[in-house]
Amino acid sequence: MSRVVHEFTATVPEWRPYVTPVKLEEASAAQLAAMKVTPSNKKVSDYVLTLAHDPESLSHRSPLFNGIMYGRDGLSRAERELGAVGASVVNRCVYCAAVHASRYNQLIGDEATMAEIFAKEAKAELGEREQAIFDFSVKLSAFPPEAEESDVARLRAAGLSEIEILDLVMSAAIFGWANRLMHTLGEPVAAEG
Amino acid sequence: MTDVSATLVAKLAHLRPTDEVVRALAQRAELVALSDASAEAVLAPEDPGGLPHAVRGIIAVRASERLGDETMKDHYYQRFTTCDDWYDHAGLADPDTFSGDERLDALLRHADRLIAAPKTATREHVEALKAAGVAEADIVRLAELCAFLGYQSRLVIGLRLMKTSMEKSA
Repeated sequence: MSRVVHEFTATVPEWRPYVTPVKLEEASAAQLAAMKVTPSNKKVSDYVLTLAHDPESLSHRSPLFNGIMYGRDGLSRAERELGAVGASVVNRCVYCAAVHASRYNQLIGDEATMAEIFAKEAKAELGEREQAIFDFSVKLSAFPPEAEESDVARLRAAGLSEIEILDLVMSAAIFGWANRLMHTLGEPVAAEG
Repeated sequence: MTDVSATLVAKLAHLRPTDEVVRALAQRAELVALSDASAEAVLAPEDPGGLPHAVRGIIAVRASERLGDETMKDHYYQRFTTCDDWYDHAGLADPDTFSGDERLDALLRHADRLIAAPKTATREHVEALKAAGVAEADIVRLAELCAFLGYQSRLVIGLRLMKTSMEKSA
């Protein structure tokens, strides 16, 4: 029996759904079309097969998610991942946090920032620019959102341009969506290995 | 090319075509269009499954009320009243009210959790939905609706903050 992961980690666990995923061989044309637009279509994950129960939503969310997280110009890839992790910490999506912390670590080549965030969560102490980004994402992700004008002013003071701020808003917001799926429709379990 | 100032996202964020933030938003026009398309997909899908448009609509109204956002609430209430059979659910606009129907109330309770306290969601909550007669596909549809609202509200609030803070610093 695999172990459920309750603590934040940068080691990516597996994800086990609480509902029965769509069976690939039984998927409708609409479901197959919706699943095709995900980044890796060689093997469709249980997560995507679970979301295939609602193909209309999935078919729009996949390109939206990819466009927000992997867009070419604007905020750096790593800083989008930092925004994603801020949201995932607030919503306690251990799986999302692990995936995006590990990507951040790969992009930056250092694990100290994520170690600090996982140890102190919303109270993490970071460098000026990272702090402004992380704190904004944490505040925007609260319910109801707690971000204020002064938090945006702080992002500008830390050197973010308007398009970078918009990219951060979007990357934090899209995890208001992703966390509400990943954390509520299934759970992270330690990878067998 | 999408005119971003004419989108639902811009309307909910109180943006006017001349606002500075619209220039940044125009660089992400494709993502704004996908955001609006997502709203249609969760509020008024061609295949609503066991979640009729009116039920989706009232959940959006209740979520906006919980959020304390009058603009979103007005938009979603107006939209709700265009749904078939909306009047059957008109008494549920206050998020503290319930219908007395076991399945519908289970959906409304879970929606509230997904909107306001997603981190508290566990396997037991999904099991409770199944026990109340909610089909597995409808559990996913409900999660997509509420999760979308979690996204849209934060995008809108972020844009409002960008706009107002920019006006003050100008």
